[in-house]
Amino acid sequence: MRRNTLSLLALGAILTIIGLALAAPLVAPYDPDAPQAEETLQAPGWRHWLGTDIYGRDQLSRIVWAARVDLLVALAATAMALTTGCVLGALAGYRGGLVDQVVMRLVDTIMAFPAFILAMGITAAAGNATANVVVAIAITHVPIYTRLIRSEMLRVREMEYAEAARTVGNRQRRIIFFHLLPNCFPPVIVQATLAMGFAILTVAALSFIGLGIQPPQSEWGAMAAEGASYIVSGEWWIFLFPGLAIMVTVLAFNLVGDSLRDLLDPRMRGVA
Amino acid sequence: MSPLLEVDGLVKHFPLRGLGVWLDTLRRRVPPAVRAIDGVSLAIDAGETLGLVGESGCGKSTLARCLLRLIEPTAGRIRFDAVELTTLGEEPLRRRRRDIQMVFQDPTASLNPRFTVRRTVEDPLRLHSNLRRAGRRERAQEVLGRVGLGAELLDRYPHELSGGQRQRVNIARAIATEPRLVVLDEPTSALDVSLRARIIMLLGELREKLGMTYLFISHDLATVKYLSRRVAVMYLGTIVEQAPTHELFRHPLHPYTRALLSAIPVPDPDARRERLVLAGEVPSPIDVPTGCRLRFRCPLAQPVCAEPVALREVAPRHLVACHLV
Repeated sequence: MRRNTLSLLALGAILTIIGLALAAPLVAPYDPDAPQAEETLQAPGWRHWLGTDIYGRDQLSRIVWAARVDLLVALAATAMALTTGCVLGALAGYRGGLVDQVVMRLVDTIMAFPAFILAMGITAAAGNATANVVVAIAITHVPIYTRLIRSEMLRVREMEYAEAARTVGNRQRRIIFFHLLPNCFPPVIVQATLAMGFAILTVAALSFIGLGIQPPQSEWGAMAAEGASYIVSGEWWIFLFPGLAIMVTVLAFNLVGDSLRDLLDPRMRGVA
Repeated sequence: MSPLLEVDGLVKHFPLRGLGVWLDTLRRRVPPAVRAIDGVSLAIDAGETLGLVGESGCGKSTLARCLLRLIEPTAGRIRFDAVELTTLGEEPLRRRRRDIQMVFQDPTASLNPRFTVRRTVEDPLRLHSNLRRAGRRERAQEVLGRVGLGAELLDRYPHELSGGQRQRVNIARAIATEPRLVVLDEPTSALDVSLRARIIMLLGELREKLGMTYLFISHDLATVKYLSRRVAVMYLGTIVEQAPTHELFRHPLHPYTRALLSAIPVPDPDARRERLVLAGEVPSPIDVPTGCRLRFRCPLAQPVCAEPVALREVAPRHLVACHLV
């Protein structure tokens, strides 16, 4: 019961963040990118709820606008990784043999690198445009989905309905993608939710070290990086609130993913 | 008239793999394999039903899957309607499939849990007909009606159906394209006894109405007797006896058939019967005995049984593979 409350809270948090991101132009009290020379480094107060940064930009507005960037990049990366992983994993699992060997060794190669180092390498090499950040995160996430889909495919391809689909006269591609792949999805949905959290964390981390989203575009990690140098001089709000935004969002995705897993795993496996 | 389906010398071996097996191969020179089907020949005329009986693991289901080329046979020929199936390319084979369908053993596992009844039944129509959406819809309803299910089930998922309804949906999928041959792989073994009779009767009715030919695989001799005109008995990957149904049940000749038939319980407490009991267990299909495969279990075995034995016709249409008959 308490677990349920917590996951509902987390789900609420995710929906709120998404809502705020979508409604950013209406919700944000100030222009996120407009410097105000007379309002620099204001502590949180009535005029600026979350304070202002060194250029006098309103922190609340910047955090709300940044939610758009972080969520969009994470979502795009997850979608890209999921699509690629589904195709690769489904082919590897269903066909087996050489296709399987090639795909799995490719995936192993990606997994041999620590995910964050790999993402850093890719953005450093390809240049840190937003699209490159998306691709870099997608590449590091492809192995998760490929392996998961492959193992699910190994299970469902032995089911009699896979044979039945062949008997009826379906082509292989149709069997894989229309008949079998949908039956592999429940654990993948869980994984995608968890991976969304990781993707947000990676965007923020990349931006924190200057390899991700570039200023003046507001982004949580970049904002936290800007604020980091002001902690010692006492301007704690510049760092704290973007950091909290990252933490709450990632935590919420993880909690929701976890309870989805509990929900889907033991009882409902294979049930539509 | 040539038979609708003609199987000649069909063989399916599953080679064993692994280091130990590889070392064995070096020593014995014969690559070890599970000899699931070891030279099966049979023929089915159009409109006829051939029953195929045998105990679990004798290769019945493997044979069915080879006929549909769900698994590739190791050797042998399969001719359907005078077309050689074993060498048919992927696309021609795919188009041929509308004429050869199968009803699987497990009614639950053979239905895609994410497909509604409608999608399952319309799938073959989508692949093999030019029917548009409305036409398919109409045809699916019609086919469902044929197997005794109402149109209200069209939008249900398999888990919302009972076991008997599921098997009816499977049958509906199989007959949707009006195939000429339907392979029934133990269609009733996963069902309650009360449902079996109804499904068997339904299959009989459909055969009359649609003029289909059945290969009916079962280990339930009573249902085989009801549905088939001829019966083939399979033991350890080979057919040991084949005869018209009444002939086989009245005069079984092969010791294995006699053992099978004498194991059917008779609902008469006073009946005294001669029981033919086989010794021991079925040998492993990896290490099949030379000569007659039954000889180590057969109470009638003679030295001659070590010689290879082939099916031969001992009475009109009655074929037996036994030295002693």
